[in-house]
Amino acid sequence: MNYMMLIHHDEAALAKANHKELWADYAAFNAALAKAGGRSGVRLQPASAATSVRVRDGKTEIVDGPYADTKEKLAGYFMIEVDRVEEAVTWAQRCPSARYGTIEVRPIHEQG
Amino acid sequence: MNRDEARRTVERIARDSYGRLIAVLAVRTRDVACAEDLLADAFAAALEQWPAQGIPINPDGWLVTVAKRRHVDLLRKGLVRINGEPHLIAAEIEEASSASEELPDRRLELMFACAHPLIEPGARAPLILQTVLGITAKAIASAFLVSPGSMSQRLVRAKAHIKESSIPFSVPDQNEMPDRLDAVLEALYAAYSTGWDEAHGASELAPEAIWLSRLIETLLPGEPEAKALLAMMLYTQARRDARRDAHGCYVPIDSQDVALWDRNQIADAEKLLHACNRSGPTGRYQLEAAIQSAHIARRLTGANCWPSIVSLYDHLVSLTNSPVAVLNRAAALAEVAGAEAALAELREISTDKRMLGYQPYWATLGHLNLRAGNVEAGREALRIAIGLTTDNAVRQHLRLQLP
Repeated sequence: MNYMMLIHHDEAALAKANHKELWADYAAFNAALAKAGGRSGVRLQPASAATSVRVRDGKTEIVDGPYADTKEKLAGYFMIEVDRVEEAVTWAQRCPSARYGTIEVRPIHEQG
Repeated sequence: MNRDEARRTVERIARDSYGRLIAVLAVRTRDVACAEDLLADAFAAALEQWPAQGIPINPDGWLVTVAKRRHVDLLRKGLVRINGEPHLIAAEIEEASSASEELPDRRLELMFACAHPLIEPGARAPLILQTVLGITAKAIASAFLVSPGSMSQRLVRAKAHIKESSIPFSVPDQNEMPDRLDAVLEALYAAYSTGWDEAHGASELAPEAIWLSRLIETLLPGEPEAKALLAMMLYTQARRDARRDAHGCYVPIDSQDVALWDRNQIADAEKLLHACNRSGPTGRYQLEAAIQSAHIARRLTGANCWPSIVSLYDHLVSLTNSPVAVLNRAAALAEVAGAEAALAELREISTDKRMLGYQPYWATLGHLNLRAGNVEAGREALRIAIGLTTDNAVRQHLRLQLP
């Protein structure tokens, strides 16, 4: 089963982190992920850089900022293929971002 | 007596006797979920009546009587069914004969029922923890790393299955015993290791697993593997306080302060190991317990136990054919024949897919490479080990090893 691991950050908690250690841990995490056949992630710019667009009754509305105004904001993702959801949860535990936010483990709809 | 006091008493009984009471009721209902409902009703009745009437002399008996009466009510109204009349009669006889006695201890039967081959393997340990110990689905879910929703589903499915297939609550006969016992011991080992690995939250599982193993050991004194499993848990538990330093950092066995080891638990474990060595063939848990014993002797007496540790691992490798045993054997071999020889042994499992995401493999590979003077390879492997670590104390320990 393929899983998309959605990284949500609490930006205030992240700001207080030891960044040197955090990025060293991320490099280690990415190296481990690559060994296990995972696809290394995509990191997003801060939610404040987002533009949200929707169309209602044919009219386009454009607003600044992310779609959902929550404390924890979508910050990136990585992909992993494992047999059981338990293993995907273990990868979420290993992700350094889990200490500064939440990793959402989402199974991907299989084609076919 | 006031309401708070009654609530506390009910809670204590729920904690101490839950599994036993469920087991007694499940024999009658053949349905764990129904037994749980009946017991919940009985607890509710106790909360209502005990503050006014006082706590009965035999609270367990009171609860079982209320639950059974409720069951008879439900049967009469046709709200629950029982599989066949003979069982009901048997239950009545049992009730009559045990009315004034202590309740028979049926937790063992319940554990073996939960380890039945018809129950999906992933549900056995959780089912044991929930039905025998009354641990909530939510706590079990986080210990086994699944969502509370899917753990509840798994448990409900397993209980429905027990009911539909009328899996009997009885100790299996001699022929079935070894298979069932393996599943029970495996479930307890899984519960214990989960409790041990996780620094927070799940740690309550370790003492529960020890408690259940002791129960099995007492009730099945002729089973050497049951003794060995308990010994193994006690050896590990004895070193618990020495496993973290004052800053919460992980301390490997060779740096642990042996004054912090619990000598009583070690003595208990040694006694069990000697007893199981006298009887029966050498099984997996006996080998693992013997290895633990050798590590402890090595630290306490300073004797060179490494050659015996390597030969115990030789047996374990041929018995289990597991890459984890090969890995641990290599780590011990490094102490006898040097890091190069150990690295050569590891090549055999370096393409095993199970090892790619296994933190101890990369940590061992890193340490051995550093000892052999391969700094680059050592650093690379240790970084991967850090990336695979979920425990902060272990991560900190590995960071300090990076050259």
